[in-house]
Amino acid sequence: MEKFEKLQGIAAPMPLVNIDTDMIIPKVFLKSIARTGFGKNLFDEMRYNRDGTEIEDFVLNKPQYRDTQILIAGDNFGCGSSREHAPWAIADFGIKCVVSTSFADIFFNNCFKNGILPIVLPQEQVDVLMADAEKGANARMTVDLEAQEITTSDGETIAFEVDAFKKHCLLEGLDDIGLTMEKKASIDAFEAKASAARPWV
Amino acid sequence: MTAPKTLYDKIWDAHVAHEAEDGTCLLYIDRHLVHEVTSPQAFEGLRMAGRKVHAPDKTIAVPDHNVPTTAGREDPAQMTEESRIQVAALDKNAKEFGVHYYPVSDVRQGIVHIVGPEQGWTLPGMTVVCGDSHTATHGAFGALAHGIGTSEVEHVLATQTLIQKKSKNMKVEITGKLKPGVTAKDITLAVIGETGTGGGTGYVIEYCGEAIRDLSMEGRMTVCNMAIEGGARAGLIAPDETTFEYVKGRPHAPKGGQFEQALEYWKTLFTDEGAHFDKVVTLKGEEIEPVVTWGTSPEDVLPISGVVPSPSDFEGGKVDAAARSIDYMGLTPGQKLTDIEIDTVFIGSCTNGRIEDLRAVADVVKGKKIKDGMRAMVVPGSGLVRAQAEEEGLADIFKEAGFEWRLAGCSMCLAMNPDQLSENERCASTSNRNFEGRQGYKGRTHLVSPAMAAAAALTGRLTDVRDLI
Repeated sequence: MEKFEKLQGIAAPMPLVNIDTDMIIPKVFLKSIARTGFGKNLFDEMRYNRDGTEIEDFVLNKPQYRDTQILIAGDNFGCGSSREHAPWAIADFGIKCVVSTSFADIFFNNCFKNGILPIVLPQEQVDVLMADAEKGANARMTVDLEAQEITTSDGETIAFEVDAFKKHCLLEGLDDIGLTMEKKASIDAFEAKASAARPWV
Repeated sequence: MTAPKTLYDKIWDAHVAHEAEDGTCLLYIDRHLVHEVTSPQAFEGLRMAGRKVHAPDKTIAVPDHNVPTTAGREDPAQMTEESRIQVAALDKNAKEFGVHYYPVSDVRQGIVHIVGPEQGWTLPGMTVVCGDSHTATHGAFGALAHGIGTSEVEHVLATQTLIQKKSKNMKVEITGKLKPGVTAKDITLAVIGETGTGGGTGYVIEYCGEAIRDLSMEGRMTVCNMAIEGGARAGLIAPDETTFEYVKGRPHAPKGGQFEQALEYWKTLFTDEGAHFDKVVTLKGEEIEPVVTWGTSPEDVLPISGVVPSPSDFEGGKVDAAARSIDYMGLTPGQKLTDIEIDTVFIGSCTNGRIEDLRAVADVVKGKKIKDGMRAMVVPGSGLVRAQAEEEGLADIFKEAGFEWRLAGCSMCLAMNPDQLSENERCASTSNRNFEGRQGYKGRTHLVSPAMAAAAALTGRLTDVRDLI
């Protein structure tokens, strides 16, 4: 997995609440057996007309937001299905950080597995970032994972919390499976104990 | 004396294989269910890393999302090229990695969350995961069950564990008795209407109370199925005699002395007196009415006696979201819900595709005809549900009433197979999500119980089923 260190880029505002995984990547695009190539269908039904032409006033279609790397989103972002195609599409588009007041649980976990940093902040701070993102391409934010700080285009800094283990994995680009395999002895020991206690499992 | 524990605490504690200093745990997984949409990249990952499936005997695969539900579906021409590739990939992966498998040709095939319990794979006290958010269904057995992403599917395949931190405990109590015509689906929608789709985020919900105890296993599965729609990681119901009775004799349930041993353990799976819940929600069962959704989020719930709201009824970000929903759904604020005309009725899905659901529909439509021009289908959740419905004469009732009687699969719950809504087509659906485009591009979904869907099929509009029974 690619390492996530310091990100400086364009932030786009998407204030709509409850943006669900069907909006992020409609299920008709879930049929690939690959992990890549979903970016062109990110937010498909909000982004394109049925004939494939772009809907001009959708934020990521506006010239100033085409190279968005940070999304400032409304509450409960990523609710709905467990499809990892949602973070795959977000990452494939080039977005590496999403900020909201809250995220759906499975989506939140899926982000970390794909080098995306989801950041939860209180409403007032999301409002500050939303207003900054509204300024367009000139408003480039900086997300510093090591320091756990976002810096707005005006130089205002906002601190954020992140789980220490997840931070470590993102910073180092670590593969979870490899890390867990190192604990194989614990897993084997648990299995032996559990199968004695609950042989029907 | 140890501190009192919740049911969730007990199951969690029994499955921690490793705990790091910061509380990050490796949670051992007893059952891993797999379907064709979220697994191909995971198996591919194993192959590329030269890894095997750690516990193939605890891994159960079944194709469901892409599978057509019409007769003659063995004909590959019924599927799109991409669907064929996904189903073929699961066929190949199941064989190559040696996991339990129910192919399309097997009578036991169906929706993964219906097949698991039906075959006795899901048992009380287990941890169950699947690359599908509706894994929450299995919580009805007092199993800790939740959806995971594809990277986690690969992680479970390779290690039989998940990296997890513990969620908080939430209690949802439904007191008293339900009124006639009110069902498990109305309970679960009413709860989401109360808590919102984010209200359960960070929690595992335990559903309890008299109205929950009174439910059959089918009804309990309906309630837990939609725990995820309330944002919760999982929903749980403590196992009791209803549970044990359902489990006993299933193909993969323990037998004989081992059943007795299991039973003894299962009877310890309840929340101790005085255990701490971080959040408590209580609804009175007798106050729950048959409900419908009017918008594009499962929290957009109203009793059938209500009217379409106005955006100004809401606050904050929900004002714009409601305006967008009302526009998408083609509704007018103030319109009576019972005046909303329906084009299509879909009965099925992992929420409501079990035998009891089909019986509820048959009770309403027996000897009657669906509205002229109505498109209505009943899609059983598994081949065995289908066989049982045929044996009980339900299939004949549906066909005589004018319903299409389909083969098992996810069908119109999500537009990944040939069963889809067309633009602006309005559907009363027993499924679980009314998101924009969920049942087809620009399709309009109203979530309802099976009985309410049956009523809508007869009258051609959203209808209070209590007026018909």
